[in-house]
Amino acid sequence: MPSLIDLMLEGRGVAHHGPWPRAVVDVSVWHFAASEIAHGRWSLLGLWGEPSAVHMAIMDALTAEIAVVSLDCPDRVYPSVGLHHPPALRLERSIRDLFGLTAEGLPDPRPWLDHDQWGVRFPLGDRIDAPPKAAPYRFLAAEGHGMHQIAVGPVHAGIIEPGHFRFTASGETVVRLEQRLGYTHKGIEGLMSGASLERAATLAGRVSGDSTVAYAYAFSRAAEAALQLVVPDRAVWLRALLAELERLANHLGDIGAICNDASFSLMHAHCSVLRESVLRASHSAFGHRLLRDVIVPGGVTRDISEEGTEAIQTVLDNIRLRFPALIELYDNTASLQDRTVDTGILTPALARQYAAGGTIGRASGRSFDARRALAYPPYDSLRFEVPVLNEGDVNARVWIRVREVEQSLALIDQILSRLPQGPLGTHAAHRREAREGMAIVEGFRGDVLVWLRLRDGLIERCHLRDPSWFQWPLLEAVIENNIVADFPLCNKSFNCSYSGQDL
Amino acid sequence: MRKLLFESLFRRPFTELPPLPDDAAVTELAGAVGRAARRRLGRSLSIREIDAGSCNGCELEIHALNNAYYDVERFGLKFVASPRHADVLMVTGPVTKNMREALERTYHATPNPKWVVAVGDCGRDGGCFAGSYAVVGGVAGVIPVDLHIPGCPPTPTAMLRGLLALLERVDSNAVTP
Repeated sequence: MPSLIDLMLEGRGVAHHGPWPRAVVDVSVWHFAASEIAHGRWSLLGLWGEPSAVHMAIMDALTAEIAVVSLDCPDRVYPSVGLHHPPALRLERSIRDLFGLTAEGLPDPRPWLDHDQWGVRFPLGDRIDAPPKAAPYRFLAAEGHGMHQIAVGPVHAGIIEPGHFRFTASGETVVRLEQRLGYTHKGIEGLMSGASLERAATLAGRVSGDSTVAYAYAFSRAAEAALQLVVPDRAVWLRALLAELERLANHLGDIGAICNDASFSLMHAHCSVLRESVLRASHSAFGHRLLRDVIVPGGVTRDISEEGTEAIQTVLDNIRLRFPALIELYDNTASLQDRTVDTGILTPALARQYAAGGTIGRASGRSFDARRALAYPPYDSLRFEVPVLNEGDVNARVWIRVREVEQSLALIDQILSRLPQGPLGTHAAHRREAREGMAIVEGFRGDVLVWLRLRDGLIERCHLRDPSWFQWPLLEAVIENNIVADFPLCNKSFNCSYSGQDL
Repeated sequence: MRKLLFESLFRRPFTELPPLPDDAAVTELAGAVGRAARRRLGRSLSIREIDAGSCNGCELEIHALNNAYYDVERFGLKFVASPRHADVLMVTGPVTKNMREALERTYHATPNPKWVVAVGDCGRDGGCFAGSYAVVGGVAGVIPVDLHIPGCPPTPTAMLRGLLALLERVDSNAVTP
């Protein structure tokens, strides 16, 4: 079996791409890479376009080696990866919508992000005017005796993001779920092109509100990789503190919200209180409840004070006091367990095929956690465990979150006690030539990938890949043969991002 | 469960914790919203939230309005599942072109009298997303807006303050939409 390094040697290496290599390859190498991914030897981390090129990020799961292969497509076509590897389908449909590049052999040529509302087609490629009449979107068929369809969204009943779900049910049992997303598409990658580093960092922090830290973190690390910036130690550690606070708040909220979708509101009420306490401590420590705009390329914008440290420690103590009783309540409530155990099972094989990250992957036997596998600082010198379960049901996804709350508490303790002194940031030297960087950061939802190219101090192209790209399609698989009433439960246990994938 | 419920019978509620300056503002604001809402709408005001392409940040803070610290329901303010049950639409996001039609249809599905609150910086004019091919840029570009609550995202306290301002305005104008 050839290694990723051999694959890189087949192509023309690109200078100034860090920290992992990128090579421009020919069609046969592109085919070979797609086939290795389809056979499960490598994982697909991302697939994105430019006006006349496509890029694919690949990881060797055994060695955690990462590489990017690129294919020039002057004729605006490239061989489809999705034809062999279904996780690439939506990515290739999006590349078509945004850049007008066609994946040859793509089994599903329907648009994905383009709902015929923009007035233009291929907004990031060679733009043309959109046809005046919108074509209807055809949902996949499900036929049989007594089937009925249930259409849900884009405006949902709760306080959640917009998307459309088309269920086909036989009685109460879901036969097929098809998602249609793209409603929150804001054109962020279009706004990124030509933006200054500062403005681009602001935009990156607004891709997905619940992961604002993870996105700013990944974006900043990608920019620093491109510019070969060395971030001061104190900033490196503060970033991990911010990331763990975000993870803690979100996991606490999710554990409660999943139980709430099983009509067990007591857990929800208590978890919401704990979540709120984390947000308040975040505000007193860093001036923003969601910790927005604190991480920037080069470092962080705010330091933590004595009072901030104390506020966080008080919250940690309180969670350690209150949380165990909630776990016990979850574990000992039979009516709640009846809803979560064996519901919405994701098989380890599917999790592996889709390289599903976050709690979803780790509840289905895929142990990948970027903090451990890629060991970016300061996680290389912190002690923590990566909890993994194999059951893959709603219950397993709850338990992974519970264990990760405990790990985050321990991590925050370590960070606060070992926080080095020193400056908060460094400035980038001006570089005229094109420089490229990539970063992968573990957000609460999974691995966030950012790839960018800087030229003359401005962003030329920036791609941000949410973990949800490889999680949403699995929700379609998971709900099959479950009852319609369990969909909210399954959906919440996944908690994929709409805004992150719509971008 | 019995133990937890029993404990909470004796524990002081979170809403009455010795107030920090911020908590005092919440309590005071919340009281004012309650009085004004009662005068105008009996004892209740139903709110329907619509995400018109936000990053989800505003939704997180609107959720927080329902937690034990802010607990908006004690004042008769509650979030409902259908626009047909709503008096107020709280709209977030820069309004993406892909959500424009859904927003219009939700507005028309809401019975009169109704009020629209645009939440967040991007709800005012598109915020940092203004100028994109994919956004309209502000809720007022699609449906009439009665009030903007700024912030990225606004804190729950700022949202309570905003709802109060809306009610004051509604009270001073006998004739409303």
